[in-house]
Amino acid sequence: MMSNHHTPTDQAAIEVENLVTHYGSTRILNNIDMQVSTGEIMVIMGGSGSGKSTLLRYMLGLHEATSGSIKLLGQDITEINAEEMDELRKNMGVSFQGGALFNSMTVGENVCLPLREHTHLDENTIQIMGRMKLSVVNLGGFEDLMPAQLSGGMIKRAALARAIVMDPKLLFFDEPSAGLDPVAAAELDDLILRIRKALNTTIVVVTHDLDSTFRIADRITVLDKGDILMIGTVEEVRNSDNERIQSLLNREARHIEIDADEYIKELTGQKS
Amino acid sequence: MLKTFTEKLGQTTLRGIEELGYSLALLVESFYWLFFGFRRHQAVKLPSIFSQMMHIGIQALPIVGILAFAIGMMLAIQGIATLKTFGAESQVVLGIALSVTREFSPLIIGILVAGRSGSALAARIGTMQMAQEIDALRVIGISPVRYLVTPAMIAMLIMLPALTFFADLIALLGGGVYSSLELGMSLQAYADRTIEVLQIDDITQGLYKSLVFAVIITLVSFVNGFSVTAGAEGVGRATTRSVVLSITYIIIADMVFTFFLTH
Repeated sequence: MMSNHHTPTDQAAIEVENLVTHYGSTRILNNIDMQVSTGEIMVIMGGSGSGKSTLLRYMLGLHEATSGSIKLLGQDITEINAEEMDELRKNMGVSFQGGALFNSMTVGENVCLPLREHTHLDENTIQIMGRMKLSVVNLGGFEDLMPAQLSGGMIKRAALARAIVMDPKLLFFDEPSAGLDPVAAAELDDLILRIRKALNTTIVVVTHDLDSTFRIADRITVLDKGDILMIGTVEEVRNSDNERIQSLLNREARHIEIDADEYIKELTGQKS
Repeated sequence: MLKTFTEKLGQTTLRGIEELGYSLALLVESFYWLFFGFRRHQAVKLPSIFSQMMHIGIQALPIVGILAFAIGMMLAIQGIATLKTFGAESQVVLGIALSVTREFSPLIIGILVAGRSGSALAARIGTMQMAQEIDALRVIGISPVRYLVTPAMIAMLIMLPALTFFADLIALLGGGVYSSLELGMSLQAYADRTIEVLQIDDITQGLYKSLVFAVIITLVSFVNGFSVTAGAEGVGRATTRSVVLSITYIIIADMVFTFFLTH
């Protein structure tokens, strides 16, 4: 396996400690503890509603946690001020589920936006760097197209080009293979591995795609209903005898036991 | 029944207070970025202000011209017909001049821009919110307020008074054309009389109003756009809501404004 040729260093690039989050009054994440080493590819997997996307959004600093800490590159994002967060963001790249390319800009402008906003490079250099990153994701020559003219796979690759244009130390993916055919999904997996190999980037991938997970992961965090079921290597997760993990791996439907009386009460609208 | 009613009332009130607070925060933040953005290496970019000015102002000129001309004529028709009963048709010039500059121009332009640009802003922001483009801006380290709200706010604050002043001129012309046809008064005489009766305060009063309307339209559009959560339907709902609310607030603000300015 390609991913096994790489040995991440021990130094943690991402440390999540006792993270608790709420949405309104509903608790979404319970005491999450996890670490991602520098240069490691960590895949966060779990079923729908497991809290995996929520965990990612908190790591990106898009919401404020109820309690706990999230350290990125040694800085606790729950404590630093807005300016320090802006600085930190220059070392982070994110590829969103739908790509999130800016529809009013060309592909090239999308990719170059972080450079335009954060660097004082001249226009020519910016253009060249943009084209370079587009050719990394096999989209050389597409810089003048609008996002609406691209296919789903191309949008994801363009979004990846934008995410890596600043050569970030941390790279985050939300459902990279969602909506892609198996070939395009495999290509994206290869790209993720190549980027890590070239830049020793620490990568966090949130996905429910098992094939993709086993192809790229160094370690896997399995989430279920806001709790971590286990963190381990691909082999450890595969060999786990935890029932819920096995049902996730074998794509079994969840069986929810309901008491008959409770069910009747629920149907008739009586509170138990 | 009573419980659901009070519950609903409570929820609506809470939402209203929440949105008011959010609007005020957005207002403060958009000016923060304008004046202090460069300190955080995020200066507001002139081209984005110009592009908004183009959408909000320049492209609205034809429709503003048509509306203003029609309103000027309408005021002349009404004015002459009403004043005829007192035999005071010649006073129509004063009536048109004051009602156009103080009331009709700012109000109609406010409503027009709320419908035309406010809805476009709400729809654009709502769509961006749905496509995670707003999140993408934030993770790139670009403040969505600095990048989206401030340019629109500045453009509105410049273009709404400009459009209002333009509408003043065209509406007065419309009134003049009808009056000269109906009363046999020359356009020159109409213009002289208008300049004679019109105080500079009458015009500035209208322009001040348009500044307030500019802030209302921008804040309402963005608050609704940013709060979109559920799909295409949500974008549609936010757009409609922002137009209806903008127009409502504009008319209420106009009434309050007029009360204080005439007392």
